[in-house]
Amino acid sequence: MNILSFFVLIPLLMLLGLWLAKSLNQVKGVMVTGASLLLLLAVYLTVDYISLRNAGETAEMLFTQSVEWYAPLHICYSVGVDGISVVMLLLSAIIVFTGTFASWKLQPLTKEYFLWFTLLSTGVFGFFISTDLFTMFMFYEVALIPMYLLIGVWGSGRKEYAAMKLTLMLMGGSAFLLIGILGIFYGAGGETMNLLEIAKLHIPSSMQYIFFPLVFLGFGVLGALFPFHTWSPDGHASAPTAVSMLHAGVLMKLGGYGCFRVAMYLMPEGTAVWGDFFLVLTTISVVYGAFSAIVQTDLKYINAYSSVSHCGLVLFALLMMTRVSATGAILQMLSHGLMTALFFALIGMIYGRTHTRDIRQMSGLMKIMPFLSVGYVIAGLANLGLPGLSGFIAEMTVFVGSFQNADLFHRVCTIIATTSIVITAVYILRVVGKILYGTCKNPEHLKLTDATWDERLAVICLIVAVAGLGLAPYWVSNVISGSVEPIISQLIR
Amino acid sequence: MELEVHVIHYLIVSTIMMFCGIYGFFTRKNLLALLISVELMLNAANINFSVCNRYLFPDALEGHFFSLFGIAIAAAETAVAIAIIINVYRNVKQVLTDDITDLKG
Amino acid sequence: MDYTILILVLPMLSFLILALAGMKMSHRVSGLIGTLSLGAVTVLSYLTAFVYFTAERTAEGVHSSMIPLNFEWLPFTNQLHIDMGILLDPISVLMLVVISTVSFMVHIYSFGYMKGEIGFQRYYAFLSLFTFSMLGLVVATNIFQMYVFWELVGVSSYLLIGFYYTKPEAIAASKKAFIVTRFADLGFLIGILIYGYYMKTFTFTPSEEQLMQAGMMLPWALGLMFIGGAGKSAMFPLHIWLPDAMEGPTPVSALIHAATMVVAGVYLVARMFPLFIAYAPQTLHIVAYVGMFTAFYAASVACVQSDIKRVLAFSTISQIGFMMVALGVCTGTNPHDTGLGYMAGMFHLFTHAMFKALLFLGAGCIIHAVHSNEMNTMGGLRKYMPITHITFLIACLAIAGIPPFSGFFSKDEILTACFNFSPFVGWGMTIIAGMTAFYMFRLYYGIFWGKENKELHAEHVPHESPLTMTFPLMFLALVTICAGFIPFGHFVTSNGELYDIHLNWVVAGTSIVVAIAAIALATWMYAREEQPVPAMLARRFSKLHRAAYKRFYMDELWLFVTKKIIFRCVSAPLAWFDRHVIDQFMNFMAWSTNAAGEEVQPLQNGRIQSYTMWFFGGVIVLSIMLLLI
Repeated sequence: MNILSFFVLIPLLMLLGLWLAKSLNQVKGVMVTGASLLLLLAVYLTVDYISLRNAGETAEMLFTQSVEWYAPLHICYSVGVDGISVVMLLLSAIIVFTGTFASWKLQPLTKEYFLWFTLLSTGVFGFFISTDLFTMFMFYEVALIPMYLLIGVWGSGRKEYAAMKLTLMLMGGSAFLLIGILGIFYGAGGETMNLLEIAKLHIPSSMQYIFFPLVFLGFGVLGALFPFHTWSPDGHASAPTAVSMLHAGVLMKLGGYGCFRVAMYLMPEGTAVWGDFFLVLTTISVVYGAFSAIVQTDLKYINAYSSVSHCGLVLFALLMMTRVSATGAILQMLSHGLMTALFFALIGMIYGRTHTRDIRQMSGLMKIMPFLSVGYVIAGLANLGLPGLSGFIAEMTVFVGSFQNADLFHRVCTIIATTSIVITAVYILRVVGKILYGTCKNPEHLKLTDATWDERLAVICLIVAVAGLGLAPYWVSNVISGSVEPIISQLIR
Repeated sequence: MELEVHVIHYLIVSTIMMFCGIYGFFTRKNLLALLISVELMLNAANINFSVCNRYLFPDALEGHFFSLFGIAIAAAETAVAIAIIINVYRNVKQVLTDDITDLKG
Repeated sequence: MDYTILILVLPMLSFLILALAGMKMSHRVSGLIGTLSLGAVTVLSYLTAFVYFTAERTAEGVHSSMIPLNFEWLPFTNQLHIDMGILLDPISVLMLVVISTVSFMVHIYSFGYMKGEIGFQRYYAFLSLFTFSMLGLVVATNIFQMYVFWELVGVSSYLLIGFYYTKPEAIAASKKAFIVTRFADLGFLIGILIYGYYMKTFTFTPSEEQLMQAGMMLPWALGLMFIGGAGKSAMFPLHIWLPDAMEGPTPVSALIHAATMVVAGVYLVARMFPLFIAYAPQTLHIVAYVGMFTAFYAASVACVQSDIKRVLAFSTISQIGFMMVALGVCTGTNPHDTGLGYMAGMFHLFTHAMFKALLFLGAGCIIHAVHSNEMNTMGGLRKYMPITHITFLIACLAIAGIPPFSGFFSKDEILTACFNFSPFVGWGMTIIAGMTAFYMFRLYYGIFWGKENKELHAEHVPHESPLTMTFPLMFLALVTICAGFIPFGHFVTSNGELYDIHLNWVVAGTSIVVAIAAIALATWMYAREEQPVPAMLARRFSKLHRAAYKRFYMDELWLFVTKKIIFRCVSAPLAWFDRHVIDQFMNFMAWSTNAAGEEVQPLQNGRIQSYTMWFFGGVIVLSIMLLLI
């Protein structure tokens, strides 16, 4: 059996296990076992992938397999990974693992919560391993729908509204996407749904012009493309901790990944025509998200806007269409996934104690919960691009890569986007200064305790990942840039 | 003046019956009255079947059969409908359509 | 020279140990770990300097640069990649010596100064982190490595300024320092991007061919890089963070905000000097004028400040201005005339690091003794703190440019270089040097002479600091006395050739006369118990005095820009726009779908009769259509 199929099989078995589980301990047991297995599998896959590449494997995708499951439309269960999907799988496995620990004490309906949570991860893993357009789309939907229940049932604040808004906007996006995928399918002759095969065919230009924006927008909504980002602040603010982590950490990456792998890869001429238009939107996302984050008062809103800005940078870098910038975009996805997950985990933990996320009502937390506060500072520093942590690597690759595009318009956009590093510093330091430093004025907060072991485990895992990526970026960058090559050469041909 | 019954006369009668039925169906509120209107419409159709068969295809019998079939259907339908109406009446003590809205979404 | 890697590894290790396990250690142990590792680094740096400068010169008579270590850290393209490595050349070796010396002294000093403070371990961890990043910055083999460490230095400075994180001023100051320098770094980054794109390399020594490719863009790249340097080195108008940064512990001010980090900008310009001279001389002169204006501005503000650390901060800004001017007035690379400023600037960097660290550490002793930064709580302290007094005086004489103290020699070289460039710059800098002497002696008299604040001193008798604190003072004072006689031109010159420092007696004479006159003026005004003259002047020129005291309202201007414009006029409206326009539009779409549904819903009213009515109507319409067709 193909190693990649395990990424779907393990979550499915976990679902079965959860369904059969009788007690809370069994539920947690299943989750920890499954999540650890996934993490190990992802690490194993990464190592295997790198060694295969080093051994001179040159195929675009490795570990490929294809089984037809609906012959009339040539829909197959085809899997395969390149460097981009490998790092995304690794990211997802890390987030699922830490997310499990971040929701350790979640009440009530713990079992049901983990069921949906696992179903969501099935969708995510399935998405990243698929190379068949329709299968990919199917997993995409599997990943989206549990979000509605996870937010609607276990969320906080205006959860029904937020859940509805998020689901509707993302579903709207996937409606576009479905049309786009069908357009690609028929444009490429209606013979195959396999990405790699379609890439070799030529979709008529006139069709590309129509379907590129549909697909790009469809994925772009999930990637928080301006002006379709407004689900993100509300959704993140209402979602429970681990869901925010998974959503910002992984699900938003589906958007960027899809834009690159489906929209741009398959429709280079469409990209050429529409690229500038979307580039303007993403540039706006980058700066606009950062500026909006400055004045927010809710911790999760700040991070949601920061995500808009950082995910905007992903799409921005993709549209710059140079090899380095695309590598940067993938790195940024990876780095943003880890940092934001860390951020949301910490915010969730702080919120679980103080019962407020309003930065005006907190101060001096450094003295009360040093572990969480230090974690928060590290997450903040990673976010604003401190060398040695992942944010720096990603941003620098993005900027250096974008600057390789010598066109004046692209240059101007690049320079506008670079200003985001200053604005990011402003909102991060503002929060850190307000809630962590100073003296604690709320007597209630003085009684609070620091992180427990499960929380520490989640936070430490993420910090290690963030620092690991930041300190030794060489191999990740190499793995990614090798796989970006064929896609980019398709684009600049 | 010889009085001859043509096909047109039958059709006039059946049309009048049909429209009486339709009119009754639209305007009446009483379920029984509705049922009577439906019967009127059905029988108008039956007349048409027989007449058309008799005048257009004298050798065939399908039209007559069909009207017989219609009569049978009508009988069955009336039986079911009256049973429903009686049950409705037992439950809500009403047979007016405006008042029976419990099943409306 | 493989052991040079240890210079970077040791502080990093000590940071990691202290950061991860510091909380479990006692103060003494953690302090010792930091100090010992720094001691080892200092020894290694001296060894490196000794080996490097005693090595044979090459045929051209220069010390060849060495790269004992270099590896690819982050690849971009085949040509562009960030390397991490160690570059040894005259200026980086010089900086190694400066940084390790001052840092070591500060580590020792902090034992006494920070005694019993909460977060002692954290303090030493951050000091190690800072030292690591600063050392990494100076040995960078390429511009991007420099940027990497540049950012790290910025963060460690942020952490150290905000060390007293419960103090609102410290929080604000640390934030300000980080954001202002970040803003400047944006320029640096864009400069690097331009440099990297057009040169296809990040190294400091591109080939001729690469330089040809860059062509017209080089001045832009270098100018933008200078903005980054101006931010770190507190050049006007990006200087505003430095005075506020004095909220940090005083040893930190001595290390970061006087001796090492703030000269990173100067180091950057010096590093890019060959390119500046050859391809962007105009940009270099802009550097000179920016430096000169900053020097003047800071000196005039320093004349009226009452907080002793602020005076020293402005004095630092002014002195860095001197170094920038020195580099900026170069027009060629001949160390004997056109490139003299390069040597002079680096020499001044060296001497200034020593005496300014001494001044700050002295100020730390004084603050430790009277528990205040304000000059009016001092006065007459010479009786209580003899060692601090003497060492402080030595540093003041050095900065004022009185022979035979070190500052005299370096400043004289700078002035000579300025006169070589143009009389305007020369005379301007001479006057500023006079102002330096004036405000430093105003400070000196204000602290050690003048009117004593008797009540306060009776309540809490000032005392001399313990040996851990006075030893660094004495050591640095010794260096300050001797450093002027170091044949600096043998080590660092613009093109590496040997140059013997010799005094230009006209320039030196003028500057000595000006300095002595300024000191005399300060003595007349401030040395006595009663000080009618300054009070009278302050009254007479009250507007000017107030403006200078408020630092010519630069902070207010910045606050206006950030608070009013960025915060209120950009961010708040954008956030409002997002919530009320874009989001409402999305809500409107949802609402309109809903409303359309509400509108259509009555059609399905559950009445068979109305359904049939519609059905019948439909039938009629269809039949009419059929008939018409």
